[in-house]
Amino acid sequence: MLEALDILLQANFWAATIRIATPLIFGVLGALLCERAGVLNLGIEGIFVAGAMSGWLAVYLGLPLWGGVVVAALTGALFGLVHGMLTVPLGLSQHVTGVGITLLATSASYFGYRVAFPNVATPPRIEPFPPLDVPFFGDLPFIGPILDQQTAFTVLAFVCVGGVALVLARTPLGLAIRAVGDNPEAVEAQGLSVVALRMGAVMAGSALMALGGAFLTLSAFNAFYFGMINGRGWVCIALTVFASWRPGKALIGALLFGALDAYQLRIQTIAGGVVPSQIFLMLPYVFSIAALVLVARRADYPRALMKPYFKGQR
Amino acid sequence: MIRFVPRERTPVWLTVAVSIGSGLAALVLTAIPLALTGAPVFTAFVLMAQGAAGDGFALAETLTRATPLIFTGLAAAVAFRAKLWNIGAEGQLYAGALATVALGAGLIEAPPYVLVPLVLIGAAAAGAALLLVPVLFKTRFGADEVVVTLLMNFIVLLFVQMMLEGPMKDEMALGWPQSAPVLDEATLPKLVTGLRLHWGLVLAVVAAVLLHVFISRTVWGFRIRAVGENARAARYAGLPVGKAMALVGVLSGGLAGLAGASEVAGLKGYLTADLSPGFGYAGIVVATLANLSPLGVIPAAIFVAGVFVGADSMSRAIGVSNYLADLVVAFALLSVLVGGLLTRFRIVFVRREPA
Repeated sequence: MLEALDILLQANFWAATIRIATPLIFGVLGALLCERAGVLNLGIEGIFVAGAMSGWLAVYLGLPLWGGVVVAALTGALFGLVHGMLTVPLGLSQHVTGVGITLLATSASYFGYRVAFPNVATPPRIEPFPPLDVPFFGDLPFIGPILDQQTAFTVLAFVCVGGVALVLARTPLGLAIRAVGDNPEAVEAQGLSVVALRMGAVMAGSALMALGGAFLTLSAFNAFYFGMINGRGWVCIALTVFASWRPGKALIGALLFGALDAYQLRIQTIAGGVVPSQIFLMLPYVFSIAALVLVARRADYPRALMKPYFKGQR
Repeated sequence: MIRFVPRERTPVWLTVAVSIGSGLAALVLTAIPLALTGAPVFTAFVLMAQGAAGDGFALAETLTRATPLIFTGLAAAVAFRAKLWNIGAEGQLYAGALATVALGAGLIEAPPYVLVPLVLIGAAAAGAALLLVPVLFKTRFGADEVVVTLLMNFIVLLFVQMMLEGPMKDEMALGWPQSAPVLDEATLPKLVTGLRLHWGLVLAVVAAVLLHVFISRTVWGFRIRAVGENARAARYAGLPVGKAMALVGVLSGGLAGLAGASEVAGLKGYLTADLSPGFGYAGIVVATLANLSPLGVIPAAIFVAGVFVGADSMSRAIGVSNYLADLVVAFALLSVLVGGLLTRFRIVFVRREPA
């Protein structure tokens, strides 16, 4: 029993928590940006795969690490463009289109990987982002080892939280994005373009999602594997509701999830043999569903979420 | 400028034409990445068509692959009709497969005319029960069923792995995680000796016809359609929306569960954790291609199955990855969504009037 509590005192546990949370931070930020503008983006799972694959491939082919990050973001924005075109001006079902984008992005990534590497036994590797050498704070006891295990990519995630929060809450653009997800008629009356705002938000949000995938191949691991996303994208959609579409709460939700996932990985080794490992692996998914059900009643959905808007139609 | 004018009625030929056109558009779109790899595009498609329907064996293989897709396609069609976004057919399929093995692999000994129906009912009940959970979460707590059904797919697959490594593991299988084989009395017989095609296909077609009759000719079918068209209006008109949703959940989950039973009891004979290569997700594509019509699901499933079978044989012949099939299917889904606009709207070109 003491062993189970002891885990919480290990710097490694907290370092892992942040590492697991980082892709989710990107994912939840991306999802909430799309949804704040009124568009559900279920392409997230596939966009994660596409970001992981394209960012990694770019670095493998010789681009610098940050070049890979940019390539991943552009790939995400491209799939966001497709999702946006189909759901915003054409007003197609956001559910089915999102599933379609996931299928398309996933199969395109897998196909591209197989074309580039027809028969490889072990996945080719790259040199990933190195751990940070944090001045001063890195030398502190306990905190130091946690910080020193993180990479610059994680810092980018935290910067993005601040950036998205600032834009949404404090700028005219943010106000317009929030308004277009709540009351598109009012936005149109202001002389702004609903289509442009929604398309922009979906593309930016999709770029953020792709960064979540790229973190896995450029920082957490050093190679691309089939099935490496494994539902992380869907988890982000649940966390977005849990975070009630707020960047700050998104960060907390992602960190909570990361802590839970890191904890179940460690407790598995203690309880190993007695309880099947699959029980622990189920926990993150069960946790996501529970979080969703708990907050669903009082969830303050953007009022025009999933409602297509056609100009001049009431 | 272009304006979309809603259609009052959609001619049937147009719906069919859009579905076929979308399938063709998907193949054209897939030609682009295929050409980028340097593969001979035309040869590849000819090989795909031959692999899917070139001879009796190929055709039988395509129909075998279509069987679970008809079930999952129907599962998606009935759910989407009522705007219940069940993306969890994959998990419900595995629940059905698990029930098939639990009942049919020795627990009960009975003659085939008892055991086969029992196994099928058990599998349908397991799939239905699994979908009732998110339906309940939706109607009671307002939790979005898309996310819940998606996440449950992962939980169910982990549960299947746990059972196959634990209580349901076949000790004879030399450490390989698979279940004990289903009894001969629980097996769906082959349709033609020497081929893999089995009675699951007949069941699937019967299910499609029954669902068509149910939705278009019965009171509850009408209620389901009404809830899907406009849930608020249906509630205002005094229709039992909650009950209709629960019924849709039972039908959709049950059909997906039958897909699992048909694969285990008709084709594989035992359960492994890689039973389904995404039949649940492909069912969404099938249903959309079929414009959510139960009868349309049959040809749509055969088309999607043909793409997969054809791509497998093409990739063996010229060495292009068979992930190409997934690409065709994804393009088909997006094409039919866009094409669906033509069935719902007339596109009118009007001259922009001076402001």
